[in-house]
This record gives sequence, structure tokens and C-alpha cells, in this order.
Amino acid sequence: MEKFLIEIFNLLAVVAIVSLFFFKTRGKGILALCVISLQVIIGSVVAFSVFSNGISEYFYPGSFITGRIPIRIDYLSAWFMLIISFTFLTGAWYGSQYMKQYIDQADNITLHIVAFILAYTALIDICIVQNGIVMLVVWEIMALSSFVVVIFEHYKKETLKAGINFLVQSHVSILFLTIAFMWAKVKTGSFDFAAIATYTSTQSAITGMGLFLCFFIGFAIKAGFVPFHTWLPLAHPAAPAHISGIMSGVIIKIGIYGILRVLLLISTDMKDIGYFIVVISVITGVYGVMLAIVQHNLKKLLAYHSIENIGIIGIGIGVGCLGLGYGNQILVFCGFGGALLHTLNHSLFKSLLFYTTGNVYQAKHTMDIEAMGGLLKRMPRSGYLFLIGSLAICGLPPFNGFVSEFFIYNGLFNGLYTKQFLPILFILFAILGLVIIGGLALVCFTKAFGIVFLGTPRVKGSQEVINESPLRIVPLYFVALAIVLIGVFPVLLSPMLQKIILLYQPAPSPLMTIQLNTLLESLTSVGWYSLGFIALTSFFYLIRHFVIAHRVITSDSTWGCAYTGDASKMQYTASSFIRSYRKLAEPVLQIKRDKKEAIGLYPDHISQVTHPHDKVETWLIDKPLYLTKRLLNRFAFLQNGNVRAYILYGFIFISSAIVLPIVIDKIVLIIKFFNQL
Amino acid sequence: MVSFLLIILASLFFMGFVIRTKSIASGRKGPGILQPMKDILRLWKKGSVYSTTTSFIFQIAPTAYFTSVLMAILMIPHGSNPGFISFEGDFVMFAYILTFGKFFMIISALDTGSSFEGMGASREALFSMLVEPAFFILMGSFALLTGHTSFHSIFSLLHYGSNISYMLGVLASIVFVLIAMIENSRMPVDDPKTHLELTMVHEVMILDNSGFDLGLIMYTTHLKFAMYGAIIANFFIGMLPLEISIPIFIGIQLGFAIAVGLIESFMARFRMGNNPQFIFILTSVSLLIFFGVLLVLGKFM
Repeated sequence: MEKFLIEIFNLLAVVAIVSLFFFKTRGKGILALCVISLQVIIGSVVAFSVFSNGISEYFYPGSFITGRIPIRIDYLSAWFMLIISFTFLTGAWYGSQYMKQYIDQADNITLHIVAFILAYTALIDICIVQNGIVMLVVWEIMALSSFVVVIFEHYKKETLKAGINFLVQSHVSILFLTIAFMWAKVKTGSFDFAAIATYTSTQSAITGMGLFLCFFIGFAIKAGFVPFHTWLPLAHPAAPAHISGIMSGVIIKIGIYGILRVLLLISTDMKDIGYFIVVISVITGVYGVMLAIVQHNLKKLLAYHSIENIGIIGIGIGVGCLGLGYGNQILVFCGFGGALLHTLNHSLFKSLLFYTTGNVYQAKHTMDIEAMGGLLKRMPRSGYLFLIGSLAICGLPPFNGFVSEFFIYNGLFNGLYTKQFLPILFILFAILGLVIIGGLALVCFTKAFGIVFLGTPRVKGSQEVINESPLRIVPLYFVALAIVLIGVFPVLLSPMLQKIILLYQPAPSPLMTIQLNTLLESLTSVGWYSLGFIALTSFFYLIRHFVIAHRVITSDSTWGCAYTGDASKMQYTASSFIRSYRKLAEPVLQIKRDKKEAIGLYPDHISQVTHPHDKVETWLIDKPLYLTKRLLNRFAFLQNGNVRAYILYGFIFISSAIVLPIVIDKIVLIIKFFNQL
Repeated sequence: MVSFLLIILASLFFMGFVIRTKSIASGRKGPGILQPMKDILRLWKKGSVYSTTTSFIFQIAPTAYFTSVLMAILMIPHGSNPGFISFEGDFVMFAYILTFGKFFMIISALDTGSSFEGMGASREALFSMLVEPAFFILMGSFALLTGHTSFHSIFSLLHYGSNISYMLGVLASIVFVLIAMIENSRMPVDDPKTHLELTMVHEVMILDNSGFDLGLIMYTTHLKFAMYGAIIANFFIGMLPLEISIPIFIGIQLGFAIAVGLIESFMARFRMGNNPQFIFILTSVSLLIFFGVLLVLGKFM
């Protein structure tokens, strides 16, 4: 049944892309919507049937290059299929409204739609195909189509630049994956993923570690682990809002899927992998959020936050690996469970945040936080949805972000009970990291929400209420609903999570069952507690409402220390809000400041602009690139534009290609001759 | 249940004792013990002025702040008597629910569009972020010591093993007193009695709140003090029966109030820029406690 459905799923994409050319622009949009929705339904049906009927596995004969192509849809695949499908569904519906303003760019939109459908289809296929080379091909389709959707506004210079950066880095990622798959293929003679498992289990731990690192770097570039994150903050602001949401929600998550999949296959010393992932994830999380705070471009801020959340997911994965290494089963459950759940949660709230940001962008035509303010009054629905997203991303109850962080915290605190000293130290490090991430996220999102939506506009402009068409808002309501549902009923998802974790931990011990039940009880309590919190707040709000109904209520302007003029220019700005933080973080971050102070009797216009730079990007990308350029510039004289010189190069090359082997042959002969003497 | 009632009771008198201590320390007679509560009652009866800039956020924030603290209190046990709700990992919930209230207070300050209130909001966000690690490491150490992660199990099993836990309790109390001072924006981080907005943290955030809302916010501060007092008391109560533990609880709350009063009387406010360093001390002290626990358990290798 699954085979049939997956074939229809892929066929639908092909048919849709072909028939797209027979429609007008509006029709194309509607067709794409229908096809994506249909595909999402099929994908979800497959995923749910796998969850209820067990793992589905079948084979295509393949060709002499690929070998047999196994398609295995296990619980991990199904989980990611569900996440991807939901985000693409909301993204497509929201995107169809978002793209309305570009309706006159017919060709551009056609290309966008084709790439959009391809990206979704490829993402789902990546989750199910288990043959190295086919996976690489599908991965390439995904990388290229996501490149095309990102550069929708390719007539803008920055967009194209960011897109090309993205393209290059995704191919570095593919390079590492290719090396890893080739390695496995050369050693085992098969592209089947199962061969990797048998290969590493017969080899020493160091081989497995090397293979894992190869895979990890490849997937980490896609996921955005520090120091491989540099494409993310460039690509997100460049893409249209729905694409940013999808990219942050699911495309970077395919990297997480890859890491989780590889962890299932490779058998090596899980302790070392655990330590490695925990350390890199804590760095990722803290560094991501530290940079997020100083960003004044709303989309860039959110992009850095994706890096932070990848860090949180990574901490979960690392804790799970430590559990596997030390045989601590509850750690495995909490770690991987938290990571999986946070993957879902992040895809929900991050896409919600990006969609609402899209609404802000179309209202203000800028992403500069400093130019905003008071938007809650002009676009209340987007504003409150952004608030829900912010609360969820800060991991605050009663929303879903809390549940997954609670999972990971539970794992971490359970991990403290191990007997060895070293894991305790690492877990302490992870706890510290997670707490600091949570605290910094609070700073970041009070800034983002408070400065953008509250107060009064910082730059004068039109003040009319923006029409938030229901079609544009309804998909967002669905995301918000999912966020609250998971926050209040976290136990709903635990059967699915348990099934996935059993892949990692095939034989649960009785102790684990007891601990698991405690955890599930805690989760139930968390749900009730959150519900109680909502109820109590509403109750007290009602009381307050009735009490102040009998009091004198007056309105006046905000207290301004007796200043009654227009104070909108005197409001706290984003930079001033984070000033004390910036002072603290300055040694770690690199912030350039252009300051024009008031000097002299009749001072000129004064200003201050801060440009936060990514130190990792400077040291890892910009510096080496600069040095290579300088090195290669030495050879610039070769490219002199003289055709005769070029023919000479060709001649030199061909003759050396012919002569060199002969010369080497002769040298070898001579050496042999001397050896015989 | 017991603890909830005790904390509510303590919250009514706590600030009165603080103010009385401060008055005596400065050579004055001072107002009655119930005066702060009377002030709050008066505020609850007053009408309010709302800024035209504000939105619904400003309306709901004080309530959300109040209920977040109330919900947090529901989790605090009284020795071996659990709170209303108790589950493994509840102290994570405790920290996050308090953060929820803080989030709303911060954005409600930004909601007014004032040139002053953002200042307090910015500082509150930064300081509360810096305090958090200390709390988590402290609770983590006790979780490590007792093998449980809920307030109730931690506090009831704390003194089960050796008596060294009392020493850890003393260290932890110091950390908690300081956490309480920072979270409630009191000396030496913030001076609630200052008249200069530039040097305020909490007070400047609530400049625009008036009437019922202001009363609610002020009462929440009292509640928070009583809540931290209850946690400190729990470090020493353990499995003691109620007739002994309730006097201990009252004694510790009283001692806590007097300590707060004395700190406020004899310490000056730090420079704003030095506060982060001060708050980092808390984290290092709690790390000390953590390694102390490791030492007690013999897990150093």
C-alpha cells in the first residue's frame, strides 16, 4: 500500500510540473496549492499508516550503477514526513497569499512553483530512500530547488549573493556526504544503508567515528551547526517569507534527520560521539542566540535563532548518545525524545514567526527593527500570533517549546545520577548552556516583540489599519493551534516518540519502563499545570475586569516626566534595549560601530550605527577566501587575454600529459636498474 | 496545602517586617507591620489611568505576573507535605513559569512607548537571564544529592544521608537570599526607594501602572519574597513534624525579612554596570555547591 501511495506521490509532482505550463499565473497558484495539499494528505497517510502498521520496506531493482534501491519507511522517516508535510501545507497556503503582490512576474512565479513542488517531493523522498547514490541525487534536487525558491527576488543583488552562498555551501555539504557514501560503497560494495551498519559493526571504533564525522559535517552544514552555519543568516532574509519559514522549519531539519539516521546505522563508541555532539551543540546554541540578540534585521534575528534551536536539538541528540554509550536508557529516551519533539516544535513556532514577519514586511517594506513600533494596533492578528511564537520559542509554558525543553532537562538531570565523573561534567556544561540559551532567548524576543509591535512608530508613516485578509491568517491560526495543543497535551505525541526511540534502544529494561512512566506522569502533570495556569490567569483577569468596572478609568498619554510633546523618537530602541547586554558580550562578538558625535558649537546631525559581524564567518570563510584569492592572484598573469598564449598553455599541457608518463617510466626503469646492481 | 497557606500568610507580613527593620536601623520608629498591605488594599480600591499608547498586553501583564507567581507557589512543599502539585522536574517548570510572568512585565513596559520604561525592561531582562543559571545549578546539585528532581522529594530527602546537607543548606540559603533580592529588584542591585528613573530597574518598569494593577504588582513582590523564604525554610525543615516545622518556617521567614531589611539599610546600590559581575558570583557559588555535592557523594575520580 505504501509503495503505491509513494509512487502516486511522486507521480503527482511530475504531472503537476508538466501541466503547470497550460495554466495562467493565478491558475498555476491554485493548481500548486491543490497538488501540494494532495501530496501532504498522501504523505501523512503513509506516515500514519507506518506508525500504526509498522515499518514498511520494499525494493526497486535499480540499475547497475545504483544497485538495488531499498525504500524503508520506518518511524523516524514517518515522523519527519509528518513535520515536513505540515509545514509545507501551511507554507503553501500562506505563500499563495504572500506571492499575490508579485503576480505580474509570471515566469518567475512559474519557476518558483516548480521548485517549490520539487523541494517538497525531494524532502519526502530523502526521508524514505535508503540507497546512498539515489539519496545523493535526491539531495541534489532538494538543494537546487531550494536554491531556486530562495532567490525568488533574484533581481536584488543581496538576494542573489545570499543564494549563491547558499548554493556553494550546500554543495560543500554534498561533497562530504559523497565522500562518506563512497567510503561505505568502496568498503562494502553496496550503496544500501544497511551495508554501513554491517561495515561499521565489524570495524574498530575509530573507523566508525571517522565515517560518522564525514556524515556529520555534511549534515551539519545543512542543519546549521556552528561553525557551518554561515549560509543561514544570509539566505533567510533573502527568501520570501513563506520560504524562510519552510527553510527554517524543515529544510535545515533534514540535516537533523540525516544525523539521526546515521546514528541509527553507525556502531562505534557512542560516548565519544555524545561528548562531541553535546559540546558542539552547546556552542551552537549559545553562539546562535548571542548573535541573534544584536541583529536589527528581524529576519536575520530569526535566522540566528534557528541556529540556536538547532543547538537545543543537538543537545538532545548528544544526551541520547551519551545514554546509549553508558547504557542509561532513560537518558536515551529523554535525549532523543526531546530532540525529536523539539524538531517538530521548532518547525511550528519558527514557521509561525516567519509568516507573521512576512506580514510585517508587506506592511512596512523593511525588516529593520529600529524603523518599526506600534504595529500591534495596526495588525493585531499578526501581532498576537507573533507573541505566541515568541513565547513558544523562549520555551515558556503553556506552549510547546517548554515541553521539549522539559524533556531535555529531564534527561540532563537524570544523567547527573551516573557514577562516572566525566559525563557529569559534560551534563553540567549542557545544563548551563541550555539555561543560558533560555535566558538569552528571553532578552531576544522581548526585544523583537516589544520593539516591533509595541510602543509607537519610530519612523513616521501611514497609520491606517492594515487589512489582514483571513486567507493569509487562517493557516497561521492552525500553526498556533498546534503550538498550544502540544503545550497543553504533550502526552499525545509520546506513543509516536516511544516507537521511534525503540529503534535506538531495542530492548527496554524494566527500570526504564518505570522511569518512562514517571516521565509520562510528569508530562501529564505539565499539561494539567499549563491548563491550570491558563484557567487561573483568565479567572484573575475576569476578577480584575469586574473590580475595575466599578472604578474610575481615565486615559492619558504615557508618563513622560512632564514632557507632553511627541515622545516617539525618545522611546527605547532595539539598540538601547540590548545596550547593557552588548557591553557584556562585546569580547565574544564583533560589533562595528559608526558613531558621529556632537562636536563644536553648532553640531551637525549625529548618528550611531552598529554592524554586528559573525566572528566565525570572518575567520572561517572570509579570511581563508581572502588568502586564497591573494594566492591565486599571483597567477593572474597567466590570464592575459592573448589567444596565442592560451594555445601555448594547451600545448604545454598536452605534451606534458604525453611526455610525463614516459619520463616517469624511464626513471622507474633506471631506479630498477640501479637496484639490481 | 500547608505551604500555600503559610506562604500567603507570610506574604501579608513580610514587607512590614522589612520596613520596620529598616526604620529601626535608621533610628526611626517606623510604620505598623501591616502598613504595606494597607497600602496595597488602598491601591486596589483606587481607579486607574491607562496610557493611550498601551494595548491589551498592558492590561493583562500584571495579572499574568501575579498568576505566574501564584502557580509557582503551588509547587512549593512544606517539608514532607507536598504542594498542590508535584512531579519530577517541577523545578524546571517553576523557573519557566516565573519567566513567563517576567516576559509579560517586560513587554508591558515596552508597550507604554515610554523613554524610561524600556530602561527598566532592558535591565530586568538581562539580570533575570543572568540569575537563572545559579538557580538551575543549585537545584541540580540537590537533585544529584537526593536522586530526585521534584521540590517535594528533594526537600523531604535532603537530610536523609549525612548532616553535611545542613551546611549545603546554609550555602544555598545565601544564594537564594541573593536570588530573591535580584528577582525582586532590591538592594544591592536596585534601589526601590530611589527617585531617579535612570537608576531604577523594577520601579521604572511600572511607572505607568496605577490603581488595581499597581497593587497587584506590589502584592506579587511580597508573594515572591515569601515564596523564596519558603524555599529557604525548606532547606532546613526536612521530615520534621508540623508542630516543629511551622515555628521554624515562621522563624526563617522572619530572619529572612530582617536580613533583607539589614542589607537594604547598610549596603549601597552597585553601579548598574557592575551588577552582572555581582550576579555571576551567584553562579560560581552554586557551582561550588555542585562540586561540594560531588565530593560528598565521592564521584570525583
